[in-house]
Amino acid sequence: MSDAREWPLYEIFIRSRGGLDHKHVGSVHAVDARMAIQHARDLYTRRQEGVSIWAVKSSDIVASDPNDADVLFEPARDKIYRHPTFYNIPPEVKTL
Amino acid sequence: MYTQALDQLSKEHEHTPQIDEGELNARFQQRIDNEERIEPKDWMPDAYRLTLIRQISQHAHSEVVGMLPEGNWITRAPTLKRKAILIAKVQDEGGHGAYLYSAAETLGVSREHLIGQLLAGSAKYSSIFNYPTLTWADVGAIGWLVDGAAIMNQIPLCRCSYGPYARAMVRICKEESFHQRQGYEIMITLARGTPEQKRMAQEALNRWWWPALMMFGPSDADSKHSAQSMRWKIKRFSNDELRQKFVDFTVPQAEYLGLTIPDPDLRWDEETQHYRFGEINWTEFQEVLKGNGPCNRDRMAARRRAHEEGRWVREAAQAYAEKQRKRAADNSLKVEVVS
Ligand SMILES: [Fe+2]
Ligand SMILES: [Fe+2]
Repeated sequence: MSDAREWPLYEIFIRSRGGLDHKHVGSVHAVDARMAIQHARDLYTRRQEGVSIWAVKSSDIVASDPNDADVLFEPARDKIYRHPTFYNIPPEVKTL
Repeated sequence: MYTQALDQLSKEHEHTPQIDEGELNARFQQRIDNEERIEPKDWMPDAYRLTLIRQISQHAHSEVVGMLPEGNWITRAPTLKRKAILIAKVQDEGGHGAYLYSAAETLGVSREHLIGQLLAGSAKYSSIFNYPTLTWADVGAIGWLVDGAAIMNQIPLCRCSYGPYARAMVRICKEESFHQRQGYEIMITLARGTPEQKRMAQEALNRWWWPALMMFGPSDADSKHSAQSMRWKIKRFSNDELRQKFVDFTVPQAEYLGLTIPDPDLRWDEETQHYRFGEINWTEFQEVLKGNGPCNRDRMAARRRAHEEGRWVREAAQAYAEKQRKRAADNSLKVEVVS
C-alpha cells in the first residue's frame, strides 16, 4: 500500500501581512518547491492568514544543537549593561 | 518539521555518555514542572516520545476519518449556503489532520508510515466516527456535539508540554469554533421548523449524545495512560473532568433548542453545582474501538478507496516534477555549451 518513496518535506513560513516577518507555521510534503507553495496555500491560508509564503526544504535547515545552548547563549546573561535599564538617569532629565 | 531530529538523537548520546538515564529523566521532569516547552531536538524519554507519537497520530487519523461521515452529506446539503459551509468544514478537518501529521513527524516518524498504519487498520482513531449520519440533522448534531466535545478536549492541549503539538492545537482551536456554531445553527433551524424537522433534530440528539460523551475516553479509574500523561503535562485535565464540563455546557444549549437529552438520570445537583448524568455504556465503547461499531468497516473501506483513487494523481505529480527537473538540468547544460 505504500508509495514508491515519500515526497520531501518542506518547512513553511508565512508573512501574515505586509510589514511583518515570515513566521514558521508547519510543514508539507511535496514533489517540488512549486507544489509545496501550492499545498501551503491550501493548508495554511484558508482564512487569509498570509500575503506571502516561503517554502524551504527541511533537510536544508541547519539548526543549533540544544546541548550547546549554554555555551552559545549563557555569555550574554551577565552583560546587563547592554540594556538601557542598567543606567541610572535622574528623573528630572526628560526624553532620554 | 526538522528531519534532522533523528540524527541529533544519536549525536546527543555520543555527547553525554557520562550522564545516566535517571539524571536525564529528572532534568526533563524539572523542565516540565517549570512549564518549559519541549522542542523536537531536545532530549526526551523514549516513553514520552512514543506516547506523543501514539496520541498525535491517533488524533490526526481521527481528523482524517472524521471527514467521512459529513462528506457523505456534501452532495445532499439542503441549500447552496449549507453546502459551501460543509465543504469548508470538511476541508478544515483534512487540514487538521495535516497539521497533526506534521507535528508527529517532528518526533522522528514518517507521515507515510503513520498513514500506512491507518490504512492497514492497525491504528486507532476516535470511536465517534464509526456512527452513521442518517439524516441532515446528524450533520447539525455532529457540529454541535462532536466538534463541541473536541473543542473541550483540545483547548487544554494548546498548553501541552510538547511545542509542535501545542502550536498545531492553537491553529486547530481557532478553526473549531466555526464548526460548532454552524452545527448549532442547523439545530436551531430544525428545532424551529415543522414538527417533522423538530423530530429529526431530537432523533439526531438521541443518536449522538452518548457517543459524544464517550469521546472523552474511559473513566479516570480505567484510563491507563492518564496519570503519566498528566505528569508530563501532555494532558491537563482528566477525562471525567472534561466530560463533566461538556455536560454542564451542553444541557442548557439543548434546553434552548427545546430538545430533550436522552438520559432519564440527568438532573441538576444544587450541592455540587453540576449536572449528574447516567452510566455510560462502556461495553459499547470498547466494541466500537475494537472495530465492531456500526460503520468501522465502511469508514476504512472509504479511506482505502480514496487513497487508491488518488494514486494516479500522486504518480503523475511525481513524474511531472521529475520531467521538469530533467529539463532544467538539460537546459543548464546547453547554456554551458553555448557560453
Ligand atoms: Fe478538527
Ligand atoms: Fe471540527
